[in-house]
Amino acid sequence: MTNLLQTLTQMLAYPFMVNALEAGTIVAIVSGLIGWFMVLRRQSFAGHALAVVGFPGAAGATLLGVGAAYGYFTFCLAAALVIALLPRAGGSGRTDESAVTGTVQALALACGFLFVSLYHGFLNGIDALLFGSFVGISQGQVTALLVVGACVLVTLALIGRPLLFSSVDPEVAAAGNVPVRALSFVFLLLLGAAVAEASQITGTLLVFALLVAPAAIAQTVTSRPSVGLLLSPIIALIVTWGGLTLAYFWPYPIGFFVTSLAFGGYVAARVAAGLVRRRSKSAW
Amino acid sequence: MTAVQSLSGIVSSLAAHPFLANAVFAGTAVALAAGVTGYFLVLRGQVFTGDALGHVAFTGAAAALAIGLDLRVGLFVATIGAGVLIGLLGSKGRSDDVVIGNVLAWVLGLGVFFLTLYITSLSAGNGTAGVTVLFGSIFGLSQGQAWTAAAVGGGVVIAMLLIARPLLFATVDETVAASLGVPVRMLGVVFLALVGVATAEATQAVGALLLLGLLAAPAGAAQRLTARPYVGLALSGALAVFAMWAGLALSYAVPVLPPSFSIIAVAAAVYAVAFVVTAARRTEAAASPGRARSEGE
Repeated sequence: MTNLLQTLTQMLAYPFMVNALEAGTIVAIVSGLIGWFMVLRRQSFAGHALAVVGFPGAAGATLLGVGAAYGYFTFCLAAALVIALLPRAGGSGRTDESAVTGTVQALALACGFLFVSLYHGFLNGIDALLFGSFVGISQGQVTALLVVGACVLVTLALIGRPLLFSSVDPEVAAAGNVPVRALSFVFLLLLGAAVAEASQITGTLLVFALLVAPAAIAQTVTSRPSVGLLLSPIIALIVTWGGLTLAYFWPYPIGFFVTSLAFGGYVAARVAAGLVRRRSKSAW
Repeated sequence: MTAVQSLSGIVSSLAAHPFLANAVFAGTAVALAAGVTGYFLVLRGQVFTGDALGHVAFTGAAAALAIGLDLRVGLFVATIGAGVLIGLLGSKGRSDDVVIGNVLAWVLGLGVFFLTLYITSLSAGNGTAGVTVLFGSIFGLSQGQAWTAAAVGGGVVIAMLLIARPLLFATVDETVAASLGVPVRMLGVVFLALVGVATAEATQAVGALLLLGLLAAPAGAAQRLTARPYVGLALSGALAVFAMWAGLALSYAVPVLPPSFSIIAVAAAVYAVAFVVTAARRTEAAASPGRARSEGE
């Protein structure tokens, strides 16, 4: 026990580890809450698209010499705006929607790859952009994450009730004079900011580990919004802290630990829910 | 005259640079296979299955490298296995996007783990192997690899042509096809296995993350341009090959552009042109009275 405590204090003696834990905590709380609404509203693929677009943003920002964080925020928010505005402009919702999504996704990743290869000597950094890294987080980055995260959470607190209403039953909400359109617009922007934050810890390709899995676990365990909204960020925190600790002790990338913890938790929750359901069925 | 000159220029540069000849040779077969299988993927609404196979390809390749096997063994085993598995689970277990998202994120996480295992276990290991698998290196193909890619790509195209007729029937109207004795389920599995083969080959050319563009863009463009299935199938393959050739030429002319980027950029541009052209045609048709369709959402 003292041994464990010792290793923990040893880990916290490194400033980079403290920064990583602070950043991870902020990101986990934001993604846990926003992710809960995202899963409820069935917008996971929008979240995925935003994350993919973040990659050329981050690579381009690195190429230009500004921090990757700016690239993430600019591109994710811009993409959120585009997605929010698109359905009204388009209108021809046929099966080719998936072909468009696939093409845009591949093009975004290709552009990111182009920027990375234009920036010579950055080929190891590409793994960090795609699969996450926790060693290079500066104090300034933590502050930026905190400010953006606080803005996201304040907005979410303000629109939380009507957003929940309009997510559960958009038609009734619209009939009750809830501005459903405006809410979904604002939510996509919040989602863009949350994705940009999560990308900086888990990397572009693995944001689902923090955005989807904790929320999905929470919604498997409970259908009550108040409990779920509490549970989802807590699970995200456990996943992040666990991932950071494991990545500190073993030489494998944090993305692997975070996704494995999240996926393991999801499978466990589904199995447990299935067992409970079967038992209650046999009790009847 | 200039066309002949530029053609002879191309031929002589192909002869002078074996890596370019290998790339064109392998690329043509890969693009043709991707265009033909992609057409059915789009038609059957299974584009995201192609995406999933790309993810699996990365993990399979990384796992093969980690245990010291040839990268291609892992590619083919993983993508064909995953294709058959998805085909067998099929429409019965239509899982939602949350499940897919969780599984795909974990598959990629696992891939990163294998990759790290590979890089750290071989001190002299190839540190850029991950980048190669994710984004391809078509200019790095050896002659033997190019021949294999061409043979496999050709095989996929021939197999697709053999099953095209019943597969089309099963795609357009599954219940009628099944009642007439078409083995719908079997066809779906065989098709996804072929997609797996095409994916594994395409991974070596444009990479696991970008092959989705080669599957989706030419097929999407062909589908917008024509409603006739066989014309569309041929068009999709032709557009994919065009994207491959134009992309390779672009990267050869402008060496800073990586070939996988150029290929995907051309494919996306082709799709964008098809989109704009057909959209203009549609608004023209809609402008004629009686066809004003305004869906609010």
